[in-house]
Amino acid sequence: MELISNSNSNNQQLLSRIATNGGHGEDSPYFDGWKAYDNDPFNYTENPKGVIQMGLAENQLSFDLIEDWMKTHPRASICTTEGVTEFKDIALFQDYHGLPAFRNAVAKFMGKTRGGKVVFDPDHIVMSGGATGAAETITFCLADPGEAFLVPTPYYPAFDRDLKWRTGIQLLPVVCESSNNFNITITALEAAYENARKANIRVKGLLLNNPSNPLGTVVDRETLRNIVTFINKNNIHLICDEIYAATVFSQPNFVSIAEIIEEENVICNRDLIHILYSLSKDMGFPGFRVGIIYSYNKNVVNCARKMSSFGLVSTQTQHLIASMLSDDEFIDSFISESSRRLAKRHKILTNGLSQLGIGSLKSNAGLFFWMDLRRLLKEPTYEAEMTLWRMIIKDVKLNVSPGSSFHCTEPGWFRVCFANMNDETMEVALRRIKVFMKKQMMRRSNLRLSFSSRRFEECAMTPRMMGSPHSPLVMTPHSPLVHAS
Amino acid sequence: MKFLSKKATCNSHGQDSSYFLGWQEYEKNPYDEVQNPEGIIQMGLAENQLSFDLLESWLSENPDAAGFKKDGESIFRELALFQDYHGLPAFKNALVEFMAEIRGNKVSFSPDNLVLTAGATSANETLIFCLANPGEAILVPTPYYPGFDRDLKWRTGVEIVPIHCSSSNGFQITKPALEEAYEHARKRHLKVKGVLITNPSNPLGTTVTREELNLLINFIDAKGIHLISDEIYSGTVFDSPGFVSITEALVDRNMQNSDVWDRVHIVYSLSKDLGLPGFRVGAIYSNNKTVVAAATKMSSFGLISSQTQYLLSVMLADKEFTRNYISTNQKRLKERHDVLVLGLQDIGISCLSSNGGLFCWVDMRHLLKSSTFEAEMELWKKIVYEVKLNISPGSSCHCTEPGWFRVCFANMSEETLNLAMQRLKFFVDSTTTHRRSPGSPKKMFLTKWVFRLSSYEHEPER
Repeated sequence: MELISNSNSNNQQLLSRIATNGGHGEDSPYFDGWKAYDNDPFNYTENPKGVIQMGLAENQLSFDLIEDWMKTHPRASICTTEGVTEFKDIALFQDYHGLPAFRNAVAKFMGKTRGGKVVFDPDHIVMSGGATGAAETITFCLADPGEAFLVPTPYYPAFDRDLKWRTGIQLLPVVCESSNNFNITITALEAAYENARKANIRVKGLLLNNPSNPLGTVVDRETLRNIVTFINKNNIHLICDEIYAATVFSQPNFVSIAEIIEEENVICNRDLIHILYSLSKDMGFPGFRVGIIYSYNKNVVNCARKMSSFGLVSTQTQHLIASMLSDDEFIDSFISESSRRLAKRHKILTNGLSQLGIGSLKSNAGLFFWMDLRRLLKEPTYEAEMTLWRMIIKDVKLNVSPGSSFHCTEPGWFRVCFANMNDETMEVALRRIKVFMKKQMMRRSNLRLSFSSRRFEECAMTPRMMGSPHSPLVMTPHSPLVHAS
Repeated sequence: MKFLSKKATCNSHGQDSSYFLGWQEYEKNPYDEVQNPEGIIQMGLAENQLSFDLLESWLSENPDAAGFKKDGESIFRELALFQDYHGLPAFKNALVEFMAEIRGNKVSFSPDNLVLTAGATSANETLIFCLANPGEAILVPTPYYPGFDRDLKWRTGVEIVPIHCSSSNGFQITKPALEEAYEHARKRHLKVKGVLITNPSNPLGTTVTREELNLLINFIDAKGIHLISDEIYSGTVFDSPGFVSITEALVDRNMQNSDVWDRVHIVYSLSKDLGLPGFRVGAIYSNNKTVVAAATKMSSFGLISSQTQYLLSVMLADKEFTRNYISTNQKRLKERHDVLVLGLQDIGISCLSSNGGLFCWVDMRHLLKSSTFEAEMELWKKIVYEVKLNISPGSSCHCTEPGWFRVCFANMSEETLNLAMQRLKFFVDSTTTHRRSPGSPKKMFLTKWVFRLSSYEHEPER
């Protein structure tokens, strides 16, 4: 048989560059944790010593509400006796405009999750294969290979795949720091834009994730206004990924970009404004692949709609969603109950951790929080973060996501998901952290905080730490390379 | 507009083609037996509407599958959360077995080599992203499905170089045609990465012969390139010589351990065979592990809804159902095909002899004013606007000979098909009459009256 290396080089020539480079991003540590979990998944009864998955941002807290609704609305499924009369028409419908009832229901739902403060036009709603498909499609519409989007750090790791892999664009970081709670500043925006200009890279847009993954915070009104001013001044697009809109569980309220551009004193070219949405987080339906692009730019709507052929939502699902989201009473109570449950879960975990001396960024949204383990690092380096992370997986048996995988410029932050498990599992997780912290207290009294040159070399050589040439790991004052010089 | 990407502002999506314009005209004035009996009859849409009753009765007998239940227990939650791009194992297992059944179980498939995608549209695009770089080329025999221009080229930046096929040999692929296309690409400095065929063919409705398959295998072997076999119509073959899949052709030549085996990839879908285009069920099948791995990751951009995967996993696992469905569906397709062919024959119009697909490749060259594409367009416009039938002109399928049209027969009732034939007959007769004796209004009046009478039968109250 062929040598493996032979076969690889054959593949390099035989297949496309995209198929054989690492652009899918799955070699990132973000996914390593998942693999550790897959190999040894926690189960309360079957595998109580397994790894607890806290690296998956899913919303599992409110399925009972949905299931009850399904039982009482059999017509929503075109496959039940009650609904089967519509089966044929739905099964045949492949119009990329989507079922009108679906678009109307989604538009209404989007309005509701913004506190009823904005109205969305169903004709501007375009389907996509989940938010993953939405992010890629909007990129194909707005930017050519080699051009760039700015994105505030820390950001969702899969943006690297979704926005860059097949499109050929670049993502340039807008650095946000803990010193001001990772808020996006004009200075940071301008710096990022200037860096791009110096490197001769054409910036086409700014990608904003609000509420933020991984921070769990909402962007405040003033910052949003500043961002709108910035993009208008530079004539670049603003893509707002609002996928966590309905997961906001306490003050301050969520302010959508849709609301900002309606404000009297805000001057904005609406052709630059685009919203990405999905039902995967707010409703907890990632399996149904309901992604949405909402653009104020008619040309973008037309282009995205044609591209949606590559990832339409199954009409079986469109039909179900249309029924469910049109039930105003149900949806209103679902949104408020879901928020309540998220708030409760968030409080139990963050309080539990703070009692153990572990802080986190103050947050009011999302399915996770941003945990601060900086003082547990042997030294403020990514290598130390990785060491700590491996320890958490191996010894504490929790999969949490290391900040470096989110391109955070400061080592020591971790994203912890809390909505993808039941109460008992959460208690187990807390207990394990308690035990771990006790051990850490004992170890710390024996620790010397030193920066050995051997550790530096390991640090510099680890390819994962380097990330891409444009990664913040190379450019920031906290980078191990800077320490070395 | 300059704020957008080049892809957003070019025409590569292909929607300015006549293929889509005809649809637009239909949308403005769609035929309905009761509401709009003089509307345009849609014969440009390759849908299979003949066997829904079989699906509906299966659904009524299997309420669990329909209602997110397994053995009476709700699995809604598990399905709602399931977004693993490896796909629902039960669905993949059922799908590969269904694919094998369609091939008479002469070959078998492994679910590990199957990648699920949102429709064949996504499968084709994804495969091209995996096999070719921007600026490289894929050879495709003409005439071909107009949507390929969008699916294979638009976002991938890959070129299509046509392999010209002609009516002189029933549009079959020949060695000289393959070599000529390859040479043509070379002259244009385009690196050819593969050949893409549709088997059975859209728009021809014919299965690719064993000779052609062997020719293609030899060709890709010699050139060291890929072969994509789009087999989405494989379950619609209703007559001899029967369907020979590329896999069968390779197995018959004992090529399972050859390099070629790793360079052949199949595209499949349930949109045509099961008539479920709305559910977006597509698949890529490849023995090349690298392709499977890359395509699987790319499928994130267009996964199949887990709700749909589950429903179909139960349906396709019901072997009694699938066996009966496949054979009944094929029987009905044959009957409907014969209605169209004989109806056209009556009017003096012949079709390419075909044994599969949801359409016929109709020869209207004798109705053209001249053997040009302009004349074809003129005839097409008459057929759309005067005869009120939306059929697809050969030029939209990149046919090199003017005068051929694709006419679909499985997306309407038999009555509607007969009405379409009547309208066409009237048109052809009046054209012929007009040519022979321009001043015979009496005869024309009579035929008009007959035309109205037959449509009146379908509208008792007005």
